[in-house]
Amino acid sequence: MSDLSRLTSREATFITRRYQDYPGDSFTLERARATGAYESLKKAIATMTPDALVELVKASGLRGRGGAGFPTGNKWSFVPRDAFPRYLVVNDDEGEPGTFKDRELTERDPHAILEGILIAALAIRAERAYIYIRGEFGLGYRRMQQAVDDARAAGLVGRNIAGTDFSCDVFIHRGAGAYICGEETSLLDSLEGYRGQPRLRPPFPAVKGLYAAPTVVNNVETLANLPHIVAHGSDWFRTFGTQQSPGTKLFSISGHVANPGNYEVALGTTLGELIEVAGGIPGGRSLKAVIPGGASAPWVTDTSLPMSFEALAAAGTMLGSGAVVVMDDTTCVVRMAMINTRFFNHESCGKCTPCREGTWWMRKVLERLESGEGRPEDRGLLLELCEDLLPEKGAPASGRSFCPLGDSAAWSLRSIVKIFPEEFLAHVEEGRCPVRAGEEAREQEVRA
Amino acid sequence: MPLLRLAQERDGWVTAEAMAEIGDILGLSSAEVLAVASFYSMYHLKPKGRHVISVCHNLACNLMGAERVIEHLEDTLGVDSEGETTADGAFTLERAECLAACDAAPCLQVDYDALHAKMTPESVEALVEELRT
Ligand SMILES: Cc1cc2nc3c(=O)[nH]c(=O)nc-3n(C[C@H](O)[C@H](O)[C@H](O)COP(=O)(O)O)c2cc1C
Ligand code: SF4
Ligand code: FES
Repeated sequence: MSDLSRLTSREATFITRRYQDYPGDSFTLERARATGAYESLKKAIATMTPDALVELVKASGLRGRGGAGFPTGNKWSFVPRDAFPRYLVVNDDEGEPGTFKDRELTERDPHAILEGILIAALAIRAERAYIYIRGEFGLGYRRMQQAVDDARAAGLVGRNIAGTDFSCDVFIHRGAGAYICGEETSLLDSLEGYRGQPRLRPPFPAVKGLYAAPTVVNNVETLANLPHIVAHGSDWFRTFGTQQSPGTKLFSISGHVANPGNYEVALGTTLGELIEVAGGIPGGRSLKAVIPGGASAPWVTDTSLPMSFEALAAAGTMLGSGAVVVMDDTTCVVRMAMINTRFFNHESCGKCTPCREGTWWMRKVLERLESGEGRPEDRGLLLELCEDLLPEKGAPASGRSFCPLGDSAAWSLRSIVKIFPEEFLAHVEEGRCPVRAGEEAREQEVRA
Repeated sequence: MPLLRLAQERDGWVTAEAMAEIGDILGLSSAEVLAVASFYSMYHLKPKGRHVISVCHNLACNLMGAERVIEHLEDTLGVDSEGETTADGAFTLERAECLAACDAAPCLQVDYDALHAKMTPESVEALVEELRT
């Protein structure tokens, strides 16, 4: 067990440090400043050019924590050199099922995010930043707004920050309930006041984003890394994590574990270790499957997998947002598949037919299976429906849907059907859920 | 979107008059305002109860017993969970997708703000009683 405590020791964690040490008031400007907030910003303004900042972040190897894992420094360098104005847009729309780290960060350390925002704005030379915060986040919104107001009053946001000639104003926009707005181009449409539906890419936001101006969209956890990278350097940052996935990551662990919660550990920690960090599976049960990176990610059963972008990609799934949903042997996978698909169907924005119709059919078939009215051919039908949405073999990454939501629906469902073929069949043959039947029988035994 | 939020806070829901008003302010037709309002799940286009209870029915919450909580609420309030409002206008019950609080599963949100963690049939009943007063 000492090995496990090493994973979450003081030396191994920095993103969550402030609020782990000061849970009572980590979100206030006073506490944040007393624990070093805005020192990195001042250092960056005083000693670094925008280009040097971009190079520093490139060298650190920091990759986006919003889901796609794109290298942050590279993304910044795509902004054309002399097009102004340009914007930084902050993605705080956390909606990927299983993920709850951005909400925690926003509520407990808004100044870390804000300092990261200002450092990123300095690097890309943006004088305006917009935080798009999920509509359902009440406390998070109030904490973030308070942080911006307090920082502005202290001369840390707005014109001539900390008495220098760097200026950046920060505004908060509240969403109103739509998962698709977490996708960056939908988010921009929503920020402009429209229905949040994905845009055609290219042009990419870095070239033509908010109000057709160059725009960088970054996730809040990505930004919260920046003060630490500026303070300690890229070599220090690379002492955590793996070669291709440097740093630590906030993993949101939920489902059948003893202590669900967010845990900051180095990237590359194995799935099994992570589950142990969250207290393991309770009640002497065994593991059935894990969603390693939010509802969009294909499932896995191998707990020896290192939790890094590259290892999970090689295993045919993804690290995504870092949401780990643990399911023990009492879980009905058909039911979970139905819930997963129902989610994507509900959140499909309706823009393109393959996703809108495809997810609807998948959901209908799964509902039928779950209620015990499935047909023998349903498993094959589900796989066909998935293939209809996914790219043809050898085709470039994106499939037949307009945005990745459609791919995610098919990709995750296909993995479930492929890992548990017997369980789908058993639902048809027994006309009911075999897992639940087994559970009930066991309960009766215990009673008898 | 901020105007739609304001309108809903003022009137309890987004009325046709409010959408016309917003259209006037922004120079848009009511249809354009409606197109936006209808896209987002938090804007209510028909009257809602004094409190909206949104129960998460997504993966983690389901694993931890969300359906039992939803069924119990349906029975207690006498409404379905597809956005129905109680006859006395006190509550609207709806299902929510992941509320980004899966460590608190099964959880629910009241009026799109206060989160309530690790609900059980007993604790939702107590919550309803508390909200009633
Ligand atoms: C359907 C969909 C939903 C997404 N939801 C989120 C989200 O809730 N939060 C987020 O930060 N990124 C989300 N993303 C990823 C964003 O499009 C984008 O890659 C990210 O905000 C970039 O920031 P990063 O490079 O700092 O990770 C989503 C992507 C897709 C396709
Ligand atoms: S794939 Fe789905 S969510 Fe994406 S644009 Fe098409 S309909 Fe909308
Ligand atoms: S699944 Fe219910 S809060 Fe995430």
